[in-house]
Amino acid sequence: MKLAIIMSGFGGQGVMSMGQLLAYAAMDEGREVTWLPSYGPEMRGGAAYCTVVVSDRPVGSPLTTRPDACIIMNRPSLDKFEEAVKPGGILVLNTSLCDRLPGRDDLTLVALPVTDIASDLGDFRVANMVALGAFLEVEPVVKSSSVLEALKKTLPEHRRHLLPLNEKALEAGALEARKRLQDRTA
Amino acid sequence: MKRERVLMKGNEALAEAAVRAGCRYFFGYPITPQNEIPEYMSRRLPEVGGQFVQAESEVAAINMLYGAGGAGARAMTSSSSPGISLKQEGISYMAAAEVPGLIVNMTRGGPGLGGIQPAQSDYHQATRGGGHGDYRTIVFGPATVQEMVDLVGKAFDLADRYRTPVVIVGDGMLGQIMEPVVLPDPVDPDRLPPKPWATTGARGRRPNLINSLHLAAAECEELNRRLEAKYSEIRANEQMAEIVHPGADYFVVAYGTTARICREAVGQAREEGLSVGLLRPITLWPFPTKAFEEALETAKGFLTVEMSLGQMVDDVRLSVGGRAPVRFYGRTGGVVPSAEEVLGEIRRMVEEGDEGR
Amino acid sequence: MTSRTWERPSGTEIVYERPRSLTDVVTHYCPGCTHGIAHRLVAEVIDELDIRERAVGIASVGCSVLAYKYFDVDMLQAAHGRAPAVATGVKRVRPETVVFTYQGDGDLAAIGTAEIVHAAMRGENLTVIFINNAIFGMTGGQMAPTTLVGQETTTSPGGRRPQRAGYPIRICEMISVLDGAAYVARQALSSPQSIARAKKAIRKAFEAQLEERGLGLVELLSSCSVNWKMSPGDALRWIETHMVPVYPLGVFKDWTEAGAEAASSPVRPAAGGSDGAERRGEAAG
Ligand SMILES: Cc1ncc(C[n+]2csc(CCOP(=O)(O)OP(=O)(O)O)c2C)c(N)n1
Ligand code: SF4
Ligand SMILES: [Mg+2]
Repeated sequence: MKLAIIMSGFGGQGVMSMGQLLAYAAMDEGREVTWLPSYGPEMRGGAAYCTVVVSDRPVGSPLTTRPDACIIMNRPSLDKFEEAVKPGGILVLNTSLCDRLPGRDDLTLVALPVTDIASDLGDFRVANMVALGAFLEVEPVVKSSSVLEALKKTLPEHRRHLLPLNEKALEAGALEARKRLQDRTA
Repeated sequence: MKRERVLMKGNEALAEAAVRAGCRYFFGYPITPQNEIPEYMSRRLPEVGGQFVQAESEVAAINMLYGAGGAGARAMTSSSSPGISLKQEGISYMAAAEVPGLIVNMTRGGPGLGGIQPAQSDYHQATRGGGHGDYRTIVFGPATVQEMVDLVGKAFDLADRYRTPVVIVGDGMLGQIMEPVVLPDPVDPDRLPPKPWATTGARGRRPNLINSLHLAAAECEELNRRLEAKYSEIRANEQMAEIVHPGADYFVVAYGTTARICREAVGQAREEGLSVGLLRPITLWPFPTKAFEEALETAKGFLTVEMSLGQMVDDVRLSVGGRAPVRFYGRTGGVVPSAEEVLGEIRRMVEEGDEGR
Repeated sequence: MTSRTWERPSGTEIVYERPRSLTDVVTHYCPGCTHGIAHRLVAEVIDELDIRERAVGIASVGCSVLAYKYFDVDMLQAAHGRAPAVATGVKRVRPETVVFTYQGDGDLAAIGTAEIVHAAMRGENLTVIFINNAIFGMTGGQMAPTTLVGQETTTSPGGRRPQRAGYPIRICEMISVLDGAAYVARQALSSPQSIARAKKAIRKAFEAQLEERGLGLVELLSSCSVNWKMSPGDALRWIETHMVPVYPLGVFKDWTEAGAEAASSPVRPAAGGSDGAERRGEAAG
C-alpha cells in the first residue's frame, strides 16, 4: 500500500496542519509516512501545499508528480493540480472558494462547500478538518479517531477547548461526502 | 523496550539530535532552507544551559565555532550553500588547527544566489576541502531523517576522535520533510572524553596553542603530512555505504534525497525483471571505494544520479577505475529528478549495456 | 512598452501616476509592506532629478532582492551584504553613473556591516537606501541586529534579551561620524508627513552623489506586518510608538549645513522638535 496525497490552498487555510495531522495519524497507526511542504520566499500570502505519502514500507520519494489524491481548497490550486491527479484518483474540492468544477471525468470527485460548512459550524478555520473528514470518507487511509488523537497530542494546552469543534468539523465533512457519493451512485 | 517514534521536521530532528549528542553551543546566521535549525536551537539550548548566538554573518559564525571547538566544547553551525561558501575560510583554519566541530549544509541550488530548492551541487566543495590548502573534512550524506539523526552523534564522535571538522550535507528536502524518527538517548557533555589540548586557561599546566601558522616551509609540510596520515586512517576506517540488492548486474549510485528516489526507481526496474541494485554512499568523504569493489564483482555498469550536473560521478569513475562503464544523469538548480526519469535511464543503461559510456 | 490605452478626458489633470523609473509589474511584497513605498520614493526622486538613464541600482539580498524587477533602470544583483562593495566597483569604472544600493537591515547592518562602513570611510559617491524593519523579513522573521529589546522573533523567543543578544544597532549614528559620509538621515515610512520627509532625505542623498560629496545614506524605518504579526495599520503605529524612540528621526549629517553642528546634534523627536508631529500624526491605514 502506498498513497500520495497533495493538499493545496491559500496560506492560512490550514493545509499544512491538515497534512501534518494525517501524517501523525498514519505514524500512530504504525505506517511509514512523509510530509513535505512547499517552501518559497516567505509569506507572500500565495498558494501553499504539502505532499503526504503513506506507505507500508519506508517511503522513497517524498515528492510526487502523480498524486493518488488531491485536497483542493481554492481555485488556483485546482488549476495547478487538476491534471496531476492519477486517473481514477480522488479529488476533494472546496467549492466555497472555487468557481469551477474539474473538467476530468476519470476521478472520484467530492465537491463540497468546505469553508461554508466550517463557518456554519462556527469557525471558518476548521475548514481543513471538514476537507480531511470528507477525504477520509472516500479513502479511509487512517481512522478519523487517529486524527483526533493526533490533534489532541499536537494542540497546545490553551487551544484544547477547540477539540470538540474540530471533531464536529471532521464528522460534518464525512457526512457531506457520504451524501454526495450516495447521490452519485443513486 | 522499543523507543517512541516521533514525527519531526528534518531540520528540527537534526537540532534535537545535536543537543542529545552533547552539543551545547550553536552559532549561525539565517538562510533558507535551514532556518528551523537556528530557530529550534534558540529555544532549546537555553533550556539545557547552552548558548545560541545569531552571528552577524556566516564568516563570524564559523569562527565562533572555531573558538568554541578550540575551547573544548561540542558545538555546531548550520547554513545553506551561499552561507557555506562564506564558511570555507574558517573550515580551512579548523582543519589546519585540528579543531573539531559540526557544520551542516542544507544544500540549495546555485551557483550565486541561485534558488532555495534542494540541490546536491556543493558536493565538490564539501568533499575536496572547500577552502584553501591541502585538507579534507569527513562528510556525511544521509538519505532519511532517521539516518541524519543517527549520524549527528557519530559526526560529533568522529570530530572529537580525529580532531577535525565534520560536515553533514543534507538538502532542502531533507531539512523540510517530516518523518517518523526515533531520537537517540542524551549524552552528558560533562562525561565526554577530556580534551587536554583545548584552550581552557593554563591552570597547573603548560599553555596550549591552537594555531595554523607555520612559516617554515618544512614545518608546514610536516603539518600537512600529519594531517594526511590522519586522513589515510579515516579513509581506511570510516567509509560507510549501503548496497541494496548486492550481486546485481547494474548499479545506480546516488546519495541523500536522490538515493530515495533512485531506490524507488530501482524497485520498479526490478519488477520489470531488470537486474539492478542501488549503491548508496553515506560517507561522501571518505568516498566508499570498498563498496565499489564489492559491487564490481558483478556489476556490468553504473548509473550515477545527482541533483547537479555531475560532481560525485568523478569519484564514481575514480572508484570504478575503468572496469565498467559509468553513466550519469542529473537535474540541477533545485529540480528534483522523478523516479520515472531515473527508471528511463536505468532501462537505457541495461539496453545499451557496454555501448554506454 | 507600458503605453496607456485610455484617453485622458479633457479638462482633467494627472495628479498621480507610476513614476517612469518603476516598471509596470505587480510586486511580490506582502499586503501592507512599506518596501513598495520606499521603491516609489526612490523612483520619484530619480525621475525628478532626471537621472533614470544614468542610474545603476544594486539589489541586495532580502525581501527587496527582486528590486531588479521593479526599478526601470540598470540593475545589478549583489551577494548578501556586499552591495556597497559592488556599487564601489561600478562607480569607480563609470563615475558618470548614479549608483544606489537598496538594502535591508540584515543585509546592511548584519552581514554587510564592514562593506557599508568602509564605503563610507572611503567617501564613495554612492547613495544608500537602508530599510530598517527590525527583522529579517525574507527568511521568515528572525532577529535582526536592529530588532528592539524585548521584540519577539523566531530566533529571539520570548523577546530579544540584551544579556544574550545585545542591543539594537544605530547605523546612522555610526556612519555619521565617518568623514567620508556626506549626508546621513533617518526617516519613517509611517505617515504621509514622514513619508514626505523621507522623500526629501532620499533626494538629498542622491544630490550628495551628484555633487561628489561622498556617501549619502537614508535609513527608512519600515514595517513588516507579516513577521511582526500585526495588521498593516498597527504595524505603522508600532513604527512610531516603538521604533522611533529607539531610532530617533532626523538628519545626522548634511554637507550643505556648516559642518560640526549638524553632525553632532541630530534632530531628535524626543526633544520636541518639528519631527514630533509625525509621532502624533495618525498613521495611514
Ligand atoms: C550569505 C547569505 N547568508 C544568508 C542568506 C539568507 N538571507 C536572505 S535574505 C536575509 C535577510 C533579509 O533581511 P533584511 O536584509 O533585513 O531584509 P528584509 O527581508 O527584512 O527586507 C538572509 C539572511 C543569503 N541569501 N546569503
Ligand atoms: S516579509 Fe515583511 S518585509 Fe518582506 S515583503 Fe512581507 S511585509 Fe515586506
Ligand atoms: Mg529587515
